[in-house]
Formats: sequence, C-alpha cells, structure tokens
Amino acid sequence: MKPLVGLVCGFVFAVGLALSGMSQPSKVLGFLDVAGGAWDPSLAFVMLGGIAVVALGRRLAPTKPLFDRAYPVLRRHGIDRRLILGAAIFGAGWGLVGYCPGPAIVSLGAGMPGALLFCASMVMGMAVFQVSDL
Amino acid sequence: MDHAHFTPIASLVGGLVIGLATALLWILRGRVAGITGIVGELFARVPGEAPWRLAFIAGLVGGGALTHALRPAAFDAARGGTGTLIVAGLLVGYGTRLGNGCTSGHGLCGVSRLSPRSIAATCVFMAVGMLTVFVVRHVGGAR
Repeated sequence: MKPLVGLVCGFVFAVGLALSGMSQPSKVLGFLDVAGGAWDPSLAFVMLGGIAVVALGRRLAPTKPLFDRAYPVLRRHGIDRRLILGAAIFGAGWGLVGYCPGPAIVSLGAGMPGALLFCASMVMGMAVFQVSDL
Repeated sequence: MDHAHFTPIASLVGGLVIGLATALLWILRGRVAGITGIVGELFARVPGEAPWRLAFIAGLVGGGALTHALRPAAFDAARGGTGTLIVAGLLVGYGTRLGNGCTSGHGLCGVSRLSPRSIAATCVFMAVGMLTVFVVRHVGGAR
C-alpha cells in the first residue's frame, strides 16, 4: 500500500508538471528571462496554484497520516551559508538549461532528448554531495 | 511581455494538480514531496524509505511517458550541447542537495508553510536563475 501511494502521487505530480508548462525548458527560460522584453509570467501561476492547494491540504490534514504513524517534525534551522550557496548553485544550473529535478525526470519518461544526460549528471551531482558532505 | 506563450489557466491548473499530489503524499504518508529529497536521500540509505521513493520516481517517469503519448506538445527538448547539459545537471544535483531542496521542496512545500529558509532559498534560486539566463542570452549573446 505504501509504495502504491508513492507511485500514484508521483504520477499525478508528473501530469501536473506537464499541464503546467514546467516540462518545457523553453517556457521555464522564458519565465526566468525577465529582462528580454518577452517575459512569460505563466510559471508564477504554477506556484500560485500549487501553494494554495498544499496550504489547504495541510489545514485539512487529519491528526495523523492515513497510512503512517505520524507526521515528521519539519526542522526549522536558521538561514545559513549552505542553504544560500546550494540554492545559488541550483539556480545557475536551472537557468543554464531550464530543468529542475522534477521536470527533468518527467522529461526522461517522455523520452525527450537530453533529459537522460541531464538526469544522469544530476544524480551524479547528488552522489558527489553525498560522498563529499561531512 | 510574451503574450503569445502566456498560459495562465493551464499553468494554474497544472499547479493545482501538482499541489494535489503534494497534499496527498502528506495526508496519506506524511512525506514531503520534494523531488530533491526523494531522489537524493536514496543515497542516504534510510531504512524502509527506499520503496516509496523509488515508486514515486517510477510514477514521475510513467506520468511523463503517458502525458507525452497523449500530448507531445506538453514537452520540448532542452537546448544546449552535451557539455552544457552535463554541467547544468551537476550544478542542479549538487546545489539542490547542499541547499536541501529545489522548486518543489522549497518553492512549493516550504513556501506554503511560510518557512523562512524555503522563502530565502526560493528567492535565491529564482534570482540566480534569472541572472544566468540574462548572462547567457543577453550578455554572451549565445542564444
């Protein structure tokens, strides 16, 4: 049952990404290109819709998850150098090609050229982090 | 503004569906639908956490395959050569793990619960993404 929840949620997540335009790197870059004179603000609407539903879902959530013992306690560390540096490195890669992790994996499933190479490099980057982080 | 490509309704609906998947994963399993954590923490080998993570990734891949079969126009290929794709992939993989999240974990989950860390991270990756596009498109003149 538990992995099935993961499968269904991943599937619905992918459909949402495809509907939203996040699976089109050209559209992502069009959103990030605020200075080009042809800004496409569509992806702000993805954030808007997503944040609204997630916030609502948290309010409506039962006292414990339906298929698990308890919600995790989400840590609230301060804003540190790792966070800012990591976000900046991620932003640079995102702006270079227009893929963030979710859309890259969904595009891999769609068989888009370049997605496999990007995803393999991304997983490699995560592995490098894992072995280098202390 | 780029009126020709502006798709507020489709993007809003897509956002609602992404939010639905994220809310469901929280309500059903109490897990955060942050793609960076789901993929990257496979390397951390937390006991019992691998099956749902792998299932979620399989769902992403399967969802991509099906939506592409139904609506190929929902996808386009990433531009950029082999080197660019490799460098960008490495930066995205390393950066998201160092910063503990990406567009989904920070931008969606974290911002929706008003986490100061996630709001800060989202502002930084958006700003650096915009700066990168600016440099590539308008300073280098490559595209």
